[in-house]
Amino acid sequence: MKLPIYLDYAATTPVDARVAEKMMQFLTMDGEFGNPASRSHRFGWQAEEAVEIARSQIAELVNADPREIVFTSGATESNNLAIKGAADFYRKKGKHLITVKTEHKATLDTMRQLEREGYEVTYLEPQTDGMVTVAMLEAAIRPDTSVISVMFVNNEIGVVQDIAAIGELCRSKGIIFHVDAAQAAGKLDIDLQALKVDLMSFSGHKAYGPKGIGALFVRRKPRIRLEAQMHGGGHERGMRSGTLPTHQIVAMGEAFRLAKLEMHDEIKRITALRDRLLNGVKDIEQVFLNGNREQRVPHITNISFNYVEGESLIMALKDIAVSSGSACTSASLEPSYVLRALGMSDELAHSSIRFSIGRYTTEEQIDHTIKIVHQAIEKLRAMSPLWDMYKDGVDLNTVAWVAH
Amino acid sequence: MAYSNKVIDHYENPRNVGSFDKDDDTVATGMVGAPACGDVMKLQIKVNAAGIIEDAKFKTYGCGSAIASSSLVTEWVKGKSLDEAQQIKNTDIAQELALPPVKIHCSILAEDAIKAAIADYKQKHGG
Repeated sequence: MKLPIYLDYAATTPVDARVAEKMMQFLTMDGEFGNPASRSHRFGWQAEEAVEIARSQIAELVNADPREIVFTSGATESNNLAIKGAADFYRKKGKHLITVKTEHKATLDTMRQLEREGYEVTYLEPQTDGMVTVAMLEAAIRPDTSVISVMFVNNEIGVVQDIAAIGELCRSKGIIFHVDAAQAAGKLDIDLQALKVDLMSFSGHKAYGPKGIGALFVRRKPRIRLEAQMHGGGHERGMRSGTLPTHQIVAMGEAFRLAKLEMHDEIKRITALRDRLLNGVKDIEQVFLNGNREQRVPHITNISFNYVEGESLIMALKDIAVSSGSACTSASLEPSYVLRALGMSDELAHSSIRFSIGRYTTEEQIDHTIKIVHQAIEKLRAMSPLWDMYKDGVDLNTVAWVAH
Repeated sequence: MAYSNKVIDHYENPRNVGSFDKDDDTVATGMVGAPACGDVMKLQIKVNAAGIIEDAKFKTYGCGSAIASSSLVTEWVKGKSLDEAQQIKNTDIAQELALPPVKIHCSILAEDAIKAAIADYKQKHGG
């Protein structure tokens, strides 16, 4: 078995070989390298056709109209365009926005920027299982609420929000509803004919496409208007200027086409692998699965190993590429804000690992992961003063710690 | 984060992991840090009649740098008098392990652990 084992598909996925093959046909002189906006020759027409096919493939995965798909550089840009664009356009309706504390930074930081520009934002605290209820949103809505943004699948804990119910609420109140679906596309069924979602963000590289490409669904009926955030040649019906990267768009289209074809088999396979992983670690003491147990995708599993620190655990798991619930690995030493928003203690949040399973994960890899996790936990707990205290029956909350 | 070889060595082969009987008169314990901050270090020293640290053991909850820092100081304090051990500086620890700036607090914690253990010894022995 090749080491390290990649279990960080929620961070990014490799490009599917079939997608890469397709992508390469749109780069060189021998390929279709033209500018899709060139109207005066074949090179442009062919590139434009390829872009429009890809647009349809993306629309088909989520049951939307191709004319509702706007290409961007990724889900971060899609979130920025959706939230800023709608807040700007509908600012006469009101300057109050609602989101959730467990959203991706691309949403939270966009909201922070809008606060600096004079908007008011309510950041809802989810339940301890990560779920947001319609009642919570209803209580936060004001007459001047213009936009609500809630992510479909949480990138750290994998919980799936009730987008259908939230959509009904937003529509009944005349509020624009944006959904960040970066982690949802290709992982669960999305039907935009049924869901009352106005704006939805997608990413290429979370679904076996390349990095640097994403899309924003902008509903036509009822028509949603956006203030452009990128100005220039008026591409994408004026919503997002900039020469379309044909090769990336074609690749994202192919990735989404494959997702539609293979998604249901893949979900079954990944669910079996996830269950195998959970079964393999459930006999370790003081291990907790984070987030709602039922409303979740099988691809993302976040587990807390109490009394073991996340970064040292990642070091011990050096043959497995996973990420820490704790952001220790970045320059910040804060534990994950997502886990903290679930009301989890700092130490438990510091002890959390995200395992994300994908298209190329095998049973053998999961079995090896289980073995290494057992060894690592045993080693680190033998070294942990907190584990000793727990074993001696000391309540860690009653200890007078010297914070530093 | 890329770790130095020394951090990796101490992390993979930590020296002197374990505990002494805290009720033993010759043993002193220093526990510093907080779970909420992501590091807790427990350093124990065993001091002989001549005031020399004969043995040291640690247990640490924390990142690789915290584990390496505590492992290193158990090696350093052995054979030193309490006064000599008191002189160990976090900057020496950080330099020895080539800790990056975001991990300097681990070396500070290790220095604090030594000082806390020495203070515990002095308190136990009335001075």
